[in-house]
Amino acid sequence: MVALGLAEFAADLETVDGHPARPTRMDRLRRVAWWRGIVLILTGVFFLVPIYAALHFALSTVEGGFSISAFQSIPHQQGFSDAFGLSLRLAIMTTLITMVLMVPTSVFVHLRFPGLRRLFDGITIIPIVIPPVVLIVGVLQVAPTFLKGTPYLLGLEYAVLAMPFVYRSLDAGLRSIDLTTLVEASRSLGSRWSSTLLRVVVPNLRTALLSATVLTVALVLGEYTMASLDQYQTVPVWIVAFDQDNAHISVAVSLVALVGTWVVLLAISSFDLRRIRRASQLRKDGSA
Amino acid sequence: MTTTTVSPEQPRTWKQRRSSIIAALGLLPFGVYTILFLGVPALAVVVGAFQSPTGGWTWSNISIASHGVYAHGFVTTIELALVTSIVPGLAGVVIAYAVLTMKGNALRRIVSTASGVFANFGGVPLAFLFIATLGTTGIVTSWLNTLGIDPYQHGFTLFSFIGVSLVYAYFQIPLMILVITPALEGLRPSWREAAEGMGARSWEYWRFVGGPVLFPSFLGGVLLLFGSALSAYATAEALTSGSIALTSIQIGSFLNGNVLAGQQNVGKALGFGLIVVIAVVMVGYSILQRRSSKWLH
Repeated sequence: MVALGLAEFAADLETVDGHPARPTRMDRLRRVAWWRGIVLILTGVFFLVPIYAALHFALSTVEGGFSISAFQSIPHQQGFSDAFGLSLRLAIMTTLITMVLMVPTSVFVHLRFPGLRRLFDGITIIPIVIPPVVLIVGVLQVAPTFLKGTPYLLGLEYAVLAMPFVYRSLDAGLRSIDLTTLVEASRSLGSRWSSTLLRVVVPNLRTALLSATVLTVALVLGEYTMASLDQYQTVPVWIVAFDQDNAHISVAVSLVALVGTWVVLLAISSFDLRRIRRASQLRKDGSA
Repeated sequence: MTTTTVSPEQPRTWKQRRSSIIAALGLLPFGVYTILFLGVPALAVVVGAFQSPTGGWTWSNISIASHGVYAHGFVTTIELALVTSIVPGLAGVVIAYAVLTMKGNALRRIVSTASGVFANFGGVPLAFLFIATLGTTGIVTSWLNTLGIDPYQHGFTLFSFIGVSLVYAYFQIPLMILVITPALEGLRPSWREAAEGMGARSWEYWRFVGGPVLFPSFLGGVLLLFGSALSAYATAEALTSGSIALTSIQIGSFLNGNVLAGQQNVGKALGFGLIVVIAVVMVGYSILQRRSSKWLH
């Protein structure tokens, strides 16, 4: 089955470029579109039907009609705005820590210490080795009191949880660009390390940085295990803790959490869209 | 420590040496941060696994954690992690590739942000979604009923191994898409053109070029999925409430205070057990990866 899928992939590639076709090209094109369509439809069904089902449930009333009252009452539920605010602050804090820590580190490793790459692969995967439920036990045991008294201890730990994903994303990005040439060019034109990093390397890592940010923010907004055991009410903890007498409201809140996070991330990625447009505009101008 | 100078032809100047010292200092914040917020807490758990509540050294935590219901928990956890890392891993690659080769940025942007959200979606909200879908009164269940199929008559429940696997796929597939997309983007069109120019057919390109290049990233992705399934806590807790023995839930119940006297540190021993399981998997991973880099060269 896998082999078949690969053959299909491969056939698919021929539609991307404009190479002279074999006699079966039209058949192949049709089969290819069909294959890709099926995959995307199945994916859509798997991911959207549960959302539809939950929406249907949240909107339906006991009498059998439909009403949006469950959604309207969410902002008025006790504790919602506090939980939402805390989650957002933690997301911003974690993203900042992660970027400041991981971007220079992975660039330096790739550029100056390629021998340490295997070691870094190993170190950055440790947070996967130690499940959050285990890590939080240790954290609560050793953290000093002043840190335990603040929810921002969670932000510090979330940066650790995000590390494997962020490093892997940056690593893939760094592998796909010619880092040495870029840096040599920038350095030989007399720019300093800091501006080489910020104005040459970082823009070339756009996709990787974006996916790292998206991952980090989504991780923070969805994390439940550590927050609940540290007993701070972020949105996921609040959803569980809040009065579950009304199942319709609970389901409505779950949906809002999912869609709300998505909207936040779309907003983040649209920051990048403007730059992509500008870049492709430049490329067009250049080739014209 | 290996250092490479920026321009190897030139003799190393003081300036270059200074900049490589600065680069080494650049690694320092990362090191300190990792030790403080990852190393120290992890060490506390490992040490605690071998300590009795009064502080003396003991094997009894480990012995309790490796027998009976806890041993059963480990077996189920590993089975679940294997199934929900390999199957969603393959699905994730296929979907990521399908999305990547579609025209237009809009779909890709929606998929990449949606993957970020879904990969971290879990716990009670996810359980709600699937109960509304495939629970006894769920929408899909009622659709199937009108078609004359009652999944619950055929031994399916959302709270069984298969049910939980299905729910896990809801965050595992997006996780794989996130991890594998940069690697798929790294497949350069020129490689394909070169292969085709030399007369390679499509499957040959994938067998000898695309596949081997992707393989390390794919393995890495499956490993991440395995870890994520192994440590999934919130979803399993919300969904099974104990109907399937899973190690992370058992650790959680120790944290919530359901402890027999003298067994306070068994939870830490279970945590240590999880660490050992995934360490073994990682050794296998690094052997496979070394093999695969031999294929490449």
